[in-house]
Amino acid sequence: MDNVYRYFFNVEVMRQSLPFVLNGLLVTIGIALLTIVIGLSLGLALAVIRAFQIRVLNVFIVAFCDVFRAIPALVILMLVYFALPSVGISFSPFVSTLLTLSLVLAAFSLEIFWAGITAVNPGQWEAARSTGLSFAQTLRYVVLAQAVRMVIPPLTNRTIAITKYTAIASVVSVPEILNQASMQQAQLANPTPLTLAAILYILMFLPMVVFSRYLERRHSRGR
Amino acid sequence: MVDAANTLPGTAGEPPAGRPLLRIENIRKSFGDLEVLRDVSLSVAEHQVVAVIGPSGSGKSTMLRCINRLEEPNSGRIFLGDDEITARGARLDKLRRNIGMVFQQFNLYPHLNARDNVALALRKVLKLDRAAAHARAEKALASVGLAEKTLAFPAQLSGGQQQRVGIARALAMEPRVVLFDEPTSALDPELVSGVLAVIRDLKGLGYTMVVVTHEMAFAREVADHLIFMDKGQIVEEGKPAELFAAPRSDRLREFLSSVLGH
Repeated sequence: MDNVYRYFFNVEVMRQSLPFVLNGLLVTIGIALLTIVIGLSLGLALAVIRAFQIRVLNVFIVAFCDVFRAIPALVILMLVYFALPSVGISFSPFVSTLLTLSLVLAAFSLEIFWAGITAVNPGQWEAARSTGLSFAQTLRYVVLAQAVRMVIPPLTNRTIAITKYTAIASVVSVPEILNQASMQQAQLANPTPLTLAAILYILMFLPMVVFSRYLERRHSRGR
Repeated sequence: MVDAANTLPGTAGEPPAGRPLLRIENIRKSFGDLEVLRDVSLSVAEHQVVAVIGPSGSGKSTMLRCINRLEEPNSGRIFLGDDEITARGARLDKLRRNIGMVFQQFNLYPHLNARDNVALALRKVLKLDRAAAHARAEKALASVGLAEKTLAFPAQLSGGQQQRVGIARALAMEPRVVLFDEPTSALDPELVSGVLAVIRDLKGLGYTMVVVTHEMAFAREVADHLIFMDKGQIVEEGKPAELFAAPRSDRLREFLSSVLGH
């Protein structure tokens, strides 16, 4: 029991490592927020483009979607950071991580937005078009307005799942929570900073998890 | 701005009643191997109410949906006034605002309240500002007896009320012709008469209407002209009273005896 205390919940080690890990938290939050904004916007934009049924574009969109959902995020990050420089394209660790996570979230959210768009009753299209609304107006004011509401619960879940992958940034030494924690662990020869990291992840994501459950419940009651 | 509820859609200066407003010429439509419309022609005069009856699968709804090109006819031409709806490069969005449509399943926008259901196209198609669109939507809703329900969402309304919002949505655009696709078929029996009463009122206001319906009493009383379709063709047409009293074709006679139960 003493060992558990000494190695996982060592107050002195926590005190020393806290400032570093908190700095890491800021970086993690930064990556997470930017990933959510860029990934969801890109996913929505691609779903909208897909709705216009332009065959050539759709081939690319579907291919993008499938490929980025199939490859593990860590592999994509390693390719972006370690392989792209050999063809003359290099990004900073921060940008590489952001790019990777945004593209993965875009691929998954594209699929979710698309499912929402196709789930809207065809009668909605017909009603809107019959009043003279254009395809684009119908998509925006009638179809997306409903599709986005429908997909909020699965979208929230997926967003949480992908935002957690910010931890892979430690592989390319972005100074985020995990990276800071494991450096402190090495420096202080004690794994307590990792416990601290776990606690910070819980503080950061638990509210989101609870929020998504709330959304899901409100949604299932609504229909 | 003209008030949809109180004015004739064809205002002063237009030719007198009787001139064909809507003309359908020789339309054909197939879904794969299934021929749904086989050379259907029909003309509807201004201020005329045409009822279309026939067994299910006879092509009534498809014919109606071809008029605003929710279905594309394989061949044939359709005119509204001087505009050819089926013309290549026809500006469909422009033409469709002149053709109101009321759907069997209402197809109200569930995320918008009654007023915004009606106002959406007023704002985005006719480009009215918010206040003007709301005012016009509220008038249209009042004209179908829903003045008290303008802020209710579709899910809070009965089927009959929802259908009346659907009618208000079509009327608010001040269309030249209103198409009804089995407007009461999805309603509970006790709600049918309210919706039919609204359509009857519209006839009094001079609206040009094509109504696909299973309500035989309504067709007989309200329609100026009755069309009987079967197997993708117009089998018989004429004055409703005459068709009901003395059907010329065996098919209409059989159909009437099956739906009227004698």
